Amino acid sequence: MNKYNLHNGFKAIVMGGSAGSFQGIVKILSQLPVGFPLPIIMALHRLKHVRHGFVEALSIKSNLRIVEPDDKESIKKGVVYLAPANYHMSIELGNYFSLSTEHMVNNSRPSIDITLDSAGYTYRNKLIGVLLSGANKDGAMGMKRICERGGRTIVQKPEECMIDTMPKAALSLTSIDHVLDIDQIIGFFNELYQHYI
Amino acid sequence: MIQDIDISDLKKITEVVYAQHGYDFRNYAMSSFKRRMLRILEVCGLTVESLLAKLSDQSGFIDTFLDEMTVNVTEMFRDPGFWRLLREEIIPGILLNNRQFKIWHAGCSSGEEVISMKILLHEMGIANDVRIFASDLDQAILEKAKKPCYSLKNMETNEKNYIRFQGKKSLKDYYTEENGKAVINPDLLANVSYQRHDLVLGHGFGTFDLILCRNVMIYFNQALQNEVLKKFHGSLHKYGYLVIGAKESMIWCDYANRFIVVNQEERVFKKIRD
Repeated sequence: MNKYNLHNGFKAIVMGGSAGSFQGIVKILSQLPVGFPLPIIMALHRLKHVRHGFVEALSIKSNLRIVEPDDKESIKKGVVYLAPANYHMSIELGNYFSLSTEHMVNNSRPSIDITLDSAGYTYRNKLIGVLLSGANKDGAMGMKRICERGGRTIVQKPEECMIDTMPKAALSLTSIDHVLDIDQIIGFFNELYQHYI
Repeated sequence: MIQDIDISDLKKITEVVYAQHGYDFRNYAMSSFKRRMLRILEVCGLTVESLLAKLSDQSGFIDTFLDEMTVNVTEMFRDPGFWRLLREEIIPGILLNNRQFKIWHAGCSSGEEVISMKILLHEMGIANDVRIFASDLDQAILEKAKKPCYSLKNMETNEKNYIRFQGKKSLKDYYTEENGKAVINPDLLANVSYQRHDLVLGHGFGTFDLILCRNVMIYFNQALQNEVLKKFHGSLHKYGYLVIGAKESMIWCDYANRFIVVNQEERVFKKIRD
């Protein structure tokens, strides 16, 4: 099984999503096994003043530990990290997070571009970037930066998206390795998992 | 537009700023520092070389640099649950002490948090009993904090936070609209001293009952957070309170065990050992 030409050299998965991405994310997280060999880092647009409930909602159907990291928290494999409400989340060299309250980017905090760009910088060609359904162009530039640094890029198939602005913006800005629906993304992750056992 | 800066160039910038101007950004967290530098290059239309040249020639550019460098995004009553906790538990506790009540807002930026505090104290009927010190590295933003005047768009967020804080009045009672801006009533800022202060190189000043430093140390690396926490420890009365941002941590700091957690959710700590 090597449909997507994967290997065991990847260090992290980073995912962005906005309007219409929640169901897809829940489905992906519900299919990933405990002991998944990489950290999954997610920047999702969310209400800025609602600090609670998102992690709990994502956790209902997932076996993985899902956390909103503190500033300077170390990144561990097999854990799902969610950018906290009203903070940007960056990945630093040395494999830990830093948070910030800088101005909004693309009208968003957390901004997907910031998380994707910093992940691309830190993990280079050892990163898989995934961009899902959403209603603005946040994330497109981040996907471009991942691509430029040799990372692997996936966008959700626009026809499957509730709102396809976000994946379409990425597709028009940069070259994307795989255009997949949610079931295929799950297949991709399962294939990836096989390379680590 | 320049899309990236090498770490070696970032190091050159921090070295020049330190050597020529005495501000130490060498222990700032890398990603946000890099974004600030990219922003300065873009806003000022500079390359790394021309930025270094401008920083070296001792003209007033360092003030522009500091103003762009420091992150000045803040809200009134950010995290309303924290402000309710302050009103209902923390401040009543401090009032039991038999001494002048002093608060330090470390890294006060454009002053929204100071105003929130003054409103809270005013509504508790103790605004005149508390001395507030507000400090920031950035002189330009301090000037703004002294004469607070905010965009009406920002006031929408502030208003929503105030409602969640369950204040006694309407936020509108504390400002007037002039030329499309919200001008905060100057009376509100009595008993506040604004002071330029460098958390990194400066000493602590005074001894306080309550220090607020929320979402400031996130721009520092862990080594610097550790040093700054020592200064806060030295600037607190025994059993005084320190508040950091909702997603900040100090568990890896040397002085962490000199504090106890009062409220983990809102990151309120109490100094229990000298």
